[in-house]
Amino acid sequence: MSDATAPPAAPLAVELLVRSHRLRLFELAPWLVAVAAYGLFPDYLSLGSQILIGVVFSLSLDLILGYAGIVTLGQAAFFGAGAYTAGLLAAHGWGEPLSGLVAAGIIAAILGFLSGAIILRTQGLTLLMLTLMISFMVQEAANKAGAVTGGADGLQGMEVWPVLGLFRFDLLGRTAYLYCLAVLFLVWLAARRIVHSPFGRSLTGIRENEARMHAIGSPVFRRRLTIYTIAAALAGVAGALLAETTQFVALEVLSFERSGAGLIMLIIGGVGRLYGPFIGVPLYMVAQDRFAQADPVYWDFWIGLLLILVVVFARGGLLGFVEQLWRKLRKTP
Amino acid sequence: MSAAVSIAFHGLAYAMVLYLISVGLSVTMGLMGFVNLAHGVFAAAGGYVMTRLINGYGVPFPLAVAAAFLAVGAGSIVLERALYRRLYGADELSQVLMSVGLIFMSVASAKFLWGPLAQPMSPPGYLSGQLDLGFRTFPTYRSFLILAGAMLVTLLWLGLERTRFGARIRAAVDNRRMAQSIGINTSLLFTWTFALGSALAALGGALGAEILAIDPGYALEHLIYFLIVVAVGGLGSIKGPFFAALLLGIADTGFKYLLPEFGAFFIYALTLGLLLWRPRGLFGRA
Amino acid sequence: MSIPLETQGLCKTFGALAVASGIDFRLERGARHALIGPNGAGKTTFVNLVTGVLRPSAGRILLDGSDITALPQAYRVKRGIARTFQLNTLFRGLSVLENVCLAIGERLGVAGDLHRPAGSRRAVIDQAYVALERLGIADEAPRLVRELPYGRQRLVELAVALGLEPKVLLLDEPAAGVPSAESGIIIDVIESLPPDIALLIIEHDMDLVFRLARRITVLVQGAVLVEGTPREIAADPRVREVYLGEHAST
Repeated sequence: MSDATAPPAAPLAVELLVRSHRLRLFELAPWLVAVAAYGLFPDYLSLGSQILIGVVFSLSLDLILGYAGIVTLGQAAFFGAGAYTAGLLAAHGWGEPLSGLVAAGIIAAILGFLSGAIILRTQGLTLLMLTLMISFMVQEAANKAGAVTGGADGLQGMEVWPVLGLFRFDLLGRTAYLYCLAVLFLVWLAARRIVHSPFGRSLTGIRENEARMHAIGSPVFRRRLTIYTIAAALAGVAGALLAETTQFVALEVLSFERSGAGLIMLIIGGVGRLYGPFIGVPLYMVAQDRFAQADPVYWDFWIGLLLILVVVFARGGLLGFVEQLWRKLRKTP
Repeated sequence: MSAAVSIAFHGLAYAMVLYLISVGLSVTMGLMGFVNLAHGVFAAAGGYVMTRLINGYGVPFPLAVAAAFLAVGAGSIVLERALYRRLYGADELSQVLMSVGLIFMSVASAKFLWGPLAQPMSPPGYLSGQLDLGFRTFPTYRSFLILAGAMLVTLLWLGLERTRFGARIRAAVDNRRMAQSIGINTSLLFTWTFALGSALAALGGALGAEILAIDPGYALEHLIYFLIVVAVGGLGSIKGPFFAALLLGIADTGFKYLLPEFGAFFIYALTLGLLLWRPRGLFGRA
Repeated sequence: MSIPLETQGLCKTFGALAVASGIDFRLERGARHALIGPNGAGKTTFVNLVTGVLRPSAGRILLDGSDITALPQAYRVKRGIARTFQLNTLFRGLSVLENVCLAIGERLGVAGDLHRPAGSRRAVIDQAYVALERLGIADEAPRLVRELPYGRQRLVELAVALGLEPKVLLLDEPAAGVPSAESGIIIDVIESLPPDIALLIIEHDMDLVFRLARRITVLVQGAVLVEGTPREIAADPRVREVYLGEHAST
């Protein structure tokens, strides 16, 4: 009987699993595309920033939804909390962007921790409803506290200082784009680390079979609360990015539409695969930019139809579809 | 005092509408375990059928309402067979997304077909105006709504308690596998239950058009209230949502009257509290 | 020396239905104990109560002498109880190796690590592989659980429980629905378990019971009918009566 240290020729299955976290070539693609876009589309950089922010938001959603299996329609609460935090700081004399991001992340994390602690013991429709209730309550509170938040008119008077004291936010959106790209990169590093860690694997277990997780001694509630808090922080960072790059915060950052859009973009790309947002968000936002202005009614209709088709025929989104294709191609000799 | 009576009255009318619309959702969610966020679409459809028939073709009120009930019921069968059926065993997220997609499509379609504005709705002559009960006058239509609602609710409850169809529904909600093993054709049962629930929603939407205006965004705007009624009442329960609807209808009306600044916030907070206290709803299975 | 597992007056009622009535039970160190009884007797319910899936209505549960009645399921597992389920309860979308890794990771206390120390993950995977070898399913390591036939999945179920290296092991019909190839392996593994593990096995197959068990408890309608050695149980007229109805119908 072999002991715990690996024999000289470790079996293939073990090797594959041990190396599963290693960086693969295709993982560099999104960054190459993002940098190329900076050079190729100088007139579309503000859309580009929106896309990058959307990816951060959908990434935060993927962590709880795709990995831990927590179905939520209220992620915008954390996005908005982060946006208003950064916004209020900048509107009241502290416009330093990086510390604004950190503050936003912390406030959103606190909100995530507190709300998660009370609602994460429930499941199914009850949990879904509770995420909605929290989100609506935060939105109502922001609406009514108009003196502080600007209410329906939005938060005015933000003055964001240059990044690192050097890079002023210019009208062409160049600084904003690179700023968002840098933040996205860091967020991606963090998310990737989490997903490949033992903690991340246990989240997959919780999603796959919660009963089994309890039966192997896993502190399920604690794990869910942890990822919920982390995801809330990341969503808050995304919100802060939006506030800082547009120097404005509207109430819609807390809206159900914002939660829903993040979800839809994630589904289109593919849930639980880390790279779904990198595909779904650009596709959705570019298409929206082109078609939705022309005819918003058509847009809603086709997005609805697309959603139904994806759910019925391609539940794994685009990435899932590609995976299936890849698997079929490898099987055929 | 007079304010309290007003609130109770209008709250009750609102509750009747909410219940008629939501009871179908509660039963289908309890029966098929399907998270159908698009249920409001059937209520809106009922409202559109009725208002279009009355405004566009001069159809008398009772006929238009009946048409709404039957047409939407029939249409829902098609939708159930073509679409919902495919996702019965699916995970919660897929069901949520599918129903959200359906909402988007219906909102866009309604806007395209009938424009973005709310459909005008005026009750027929014999149901409009005020009803003089001596100590107070009440709007006639809302009084009718309360009475009609009470009658329908009674019919529904009797139907579910006394008929075999009702017994089968209750059995299948209680324990689907057991129901199948004693020979209940659950597939057919699902379809008929879905149709009944959707038809009732259409009825609620049509009758309640005076309270909840029929506009393209109906299914999305009022979704949260339908969900609150069902979640707080208890999935699969038929009586539970009634009390939840009463609670919500009266509380919402009361808040709008007494605390218009913070009304919505309190409703959400109340729901949050109720769901944390009783995660399965007031009458859900423990 | 405290008793590994003990229940005192364990009761559970669902409304008017009593699924467990005053069960007094002791599982000795190194026990090979079988729990038998007709269908619906409450055997799985008993395991659910002991492991913490269900809360008892009354009574106490003691693990190594300490009261765990109020302790949540996961904490009981950490104290040394592991179980298999009557129906395979596995992570169907994950590989066989991953399934066992999750269990071993929890046992080693590294499952909650957000950042990966390079060494610990390797140790977990190697141990998981060894566990699979012991059950003869090492070849299946990279395959997804849902692609495996039921019998092979049952072996994974056992591997997961053994990966926890428990002091008390509860097996709920481990060989049920399993073809003879795999059930042979299961029996061999059970027979070669370390002698100090306290084993409780729920079974319907009497051959298996008489082969593996040194003590048998008979449960009928939620209450203990009789407990004793295999010979005592086989000779007991009450036990015969309880099973005679079953035999007559088969």
